[in-house]
Amino acid sequence: MRWGERLLAAAPAATAGVLVLPVIFGLGATLLPALGYLPALGGDAFSLQPFRELLAEPGLLRSCLVSLAAGLVTTALALAVVAGFVAGWSHTRHFRVLQHLLSPLLSVPHAAAAFGLAFLLAPSGWLMRLASPELTGLTRPPDWLIIHDPLGLTMMAGLFVKELPFLFLVTLAAMPQVNARAYSAVSASLGYGATAGFLHAVWPRIHPQIRLAVFAVIAYSSSTVDVAIILGPTAPEPLAPRLVRWMNDPDLAMRFKASAGALLQLGVTLAALAIWIAGERAIGAYMRRLRVGGCRLRRDFAARWFFAAMVVLASGAVFAGLFLLGLWSFAGSWNFPDAFPRDLTLRGWERQLPMLERPLAITLVTGLCATAIALVLTLACLEREARTGSAGGSRAQMLLYLPLLVPQASFVFGLQLLFLAAGIDASFGALLLAHLAFVLPYVFLSLSDPWRAFDTRYVRAAQSMGAGSAKVFMQVRLPMLLRPVLAAAAVGFAVSVGLYLPTLLIGAGRWPTLTTEAVALSSGGDRRIIGVYAFVQLLLPVLGFFAATMIPAFIHRGRRDMRASA
Amino acid sequence: MKNLLPLIGVLAAAFLAREASGADLSNWEKIEAAARGQTVYFNAWGGAQNINDYIAWAGSVVKERHGVTVVHVKLDDTANAVAKVVAEKAAGKAQGGSIDLIWINGENFAAMKDQGLLLTPGWATRLPSWQYADHENKPALTVDFTVPVEGLESPWGMAKMVFFHDTARGLSMPGSFAELVEWTRANPGRFTYPAPPDFMGSSFLKQALAESVADPAVLLKPVVEADFETVTRKLFERLDAMHPNLWRAGRTFPRNKEALRQLLADNEIDIAFAFSPAEASNAIANGELPETVRSFVFRNGTLGNAHFVAIPYNATAREGALVLANFLLSPEAQLRKQDPKVWGDPTVLSMEKLPPQDRASFAALDLGVATLKPEELGPTLDEPHASWMTRIEAEWARRYGVAN
Repeated sequence: MRWGERLLAAAPAATAGVLVLPVIFGLGATLLPALGYLPALGGDAFSLQPFRELLAEPGLLRSCLVSLAAGLVTTALALAVVAGFVAGWSHTRHFRVLQHLLSPLLSVPHAAAAFGLAFLLAPSGWLMRLASPELTGLTRPPDWLIIHDPLGLTMMAGLFVKELPFLFLVTLAAMPQVNARAYSAVSASLGYGATAGFLHAVWPRIHPQIRLAVFAVIAYSSSTVDVAIILGPTAPEPLAPRLVRWMNDPDLAMRFKASAGALLQLGVTLAALAIWIAGERAIGAYMRRLRVGGCRLRRDFAARWFFAAMVVLASGAVFAGLFLLGLWSFAGSWNFPDAFPRDLTLRGWERQLPMLERPLAITLVTGLCATAIALVLTLACLEREARTGSAGGSRAQMLLYLPLLVPQASFVFGLQLLFLAAGIDASFGALLLAHLAFVLPYVFLSLSDPWRAFDTRYVRAAQSMGAGSAKVFMQVRLPMLLRPVLAAAAVGFAVSVGLYLPTLLIGAGRWPTLTTEAVALSSGGDRRIIGVYAFVQLLLPVLGFFAATMIPAFIHRGRRDMRASA
Repeated sequence: MKNLLPLIGVLAAAFLAREASGADLSNWEKIEAAARGQTVYFNAWGGAQNINDYIAWAGSVVKERHGVTVVHVKLDDTANAVAKVVAEKAAGKAQGGSIDLIWINGENFAAMKDQGLLLTPGWATRLPSWQYADHENKPALTVDFTVPVEGLESPWGMAKMVFFHDTARGLSMPGSFAELVEWTRANPGRFTYPAPPDFMGSSFLKQALAESVADPAVLLKPVVEADFETVTRKLFERLDAMHPNLWRAGRTFPRNKEALRQLLADNEIDIAFAFSPAEASNAIANGELPETVRSFVFRNGTLGNAHFVAIPYNATAREGALVLANFLLSPEAQLRKQDPKVWGDPTVLSMEKLPPQDRASFAALDLGVATLKPEELGPTLDEPHASWMTRIEAEWARRYGVAN
């Protein structure tokens, strides 16, 4: 196993490199032009001119506030619903059913979910078509501002339905580590309602494990581009789509302002995180008072059903949206207020299928390779950490945070320069590296906490029976942590499949994936074609996720305490 | 050993590419020979399936005839490809660039030409197919948005702004921008336009500007900052009057012309517009619009321009790109492109210059039920100087970019 040792020894450095180098280059390539320095575009001297131009942009403050609010509101709502739902339902039979309803949504690409939501909620969308003209008396759609509303509520809804399953799955993966079933039994015997008992006894143990994932959600929600374009406010847009627009403006001088904007985006995301951490403290203190005060919430009927309703509503909306995408892909002529298309046709599919082959293969290979490398690096790091007992401390934690806090747009531009300088742009290796930089943090983030919370008494028991480190890893740790390992892999794969900006810029369009093709076509607005691509785009991560759920369920079928709902 | 042959071909092509910029254009056979085996990465907007299909067809023809492989890199915004070349230049990559041919015009062309990102010297007028191009009668082929083309891009198709509406709704249509403002007063919430800087949105503003200035000649010269307010006062007075009566009261705008067309199909608005005369016929054929939709133009003319293909200065497969550009300009490819069943994009060629057989084929095309005939398309308004667009877009963002 000497090569194994060597791999373990090299893993932390390799992981740190994948995580940190792109960020350093990304930030460097952002900072210099933001300060007016980019000789290739005629910026030879440092100045604050880019920031002056940025601050002169109309509606900049509102863009920032909408981004900030999206990060905080979406995350708070999603986390509250996840906590409330798991608290009120994890001990019931129905949990499994609802779990199977919610979990697959993780794999739905953000753009597809957002399009589905738009098809559902728009004034000319399906809900209005169902109700018209019978209930509303309308034969033409009402002039209501639902999609692209100025406060960004629809955008937040679009983010919420996507972040809910993500946080849910991370929570679910963490649960077997905290012995939730035993704590719930004790709190119930002391007269606590299911929700209160869970929130008092179990949640404080789960929360530290999923905290990184929560931060990632804040960072993502406050800097999203695709969802903001599809559902978000337009006058003005949130900050991230605006700065991507400047970055792509044919007037190259806009690059300077875009870079300054990217730094501002970083500030907005950091502000959201700071506000969140302050809020965490306040709520934590409040919860402690409730706990000490013995708040038992014996009758939590209303709360339980409220959270269940939120989960059903959120997943129902996404499923209905996906159904609509599917229906549109077969639709012939379908005018308002018809609830269903007048005729169905295979023409859309016939025209698209030959086009799908190459992007499908590239998506699959890129996603699988990136996920596999990320998983190997992550497992090697964690295993080394377990053997040497050094977790790298808080500094290592910060490295992990880094790629998730830097807004994608600036990060990717830096990566592009890095690969160009190395002469490997537009190669598959560069694409894979770019994907890895985004996949690895998510895999590490999803896996490290459950892995570190592993009860080491199992390890000691195995060692006392004479098992070596390799055997403990292969036969104890890995099998017992199979669920979080596969969950992390599924998350990583879904991240890779959904990556747009990095794929487009680093791949230079030579490595089209389902997502880049779908977004390119989606700017064409034809619901039929969006339907076809969204459907196929969905299929891959859904399969990945399906495997992540079914394989542990099958392997652990005879072991009660290994179940997620234990 | 067999595997080495293509490699040698690529190396030879790379060697030849060093001196391809101009010198060899006099010897077209030599270019075709060098192109054989090359792969051309054609960066073109990929948002319309019929166009993607057309590019795939063109690729298969040059593959068969010239051994040139064409890979269509589908863009959602041409500016992304421009940004790519910029990044390559920033990294000092003067050769072996990732883009060989790019579908382009207007602002992007001006930016690339200005930054020295295009293959020089001018090559387009030395392509064999150029002999059929109608540059005498179509000034847009030699002046792209007031910027002289100088052979740095090869014309591909013509564009003209047309409006369309559903005749089944029985509404009368406006005949000018001023009438459109009145029309929105009578039909509140039933008209909108894509938000600039979307191409169609900016084009609509240009149309509105061209109809709102006393002396159109001033638009052909760069903006004089001191006169900007006077020249545009009437435009913004009219827009101010129109905006409260727009769809969603002007608080949000569609993203592009496709979103605009979808709004017409969904009966959320009554008038849509596009820069291609065949747009409505195509949409009807694809089931995207009802069969009762028809096109119309403004009495005093609408904007018109040409779109082109250009080769970046650091393109890898220069000869291959030249061969493809030449084929795209050929009567065969232009005929197919004008066929509304394929694309419906008007040709840049001159009917008089074509061989009689090709001329007959063009005459035999059925342009589609909702497509105006060339003589019904009305006068063409010139594109203003690019600086006007930049200033108008900025002013638009200042006035309307932050809704209440």
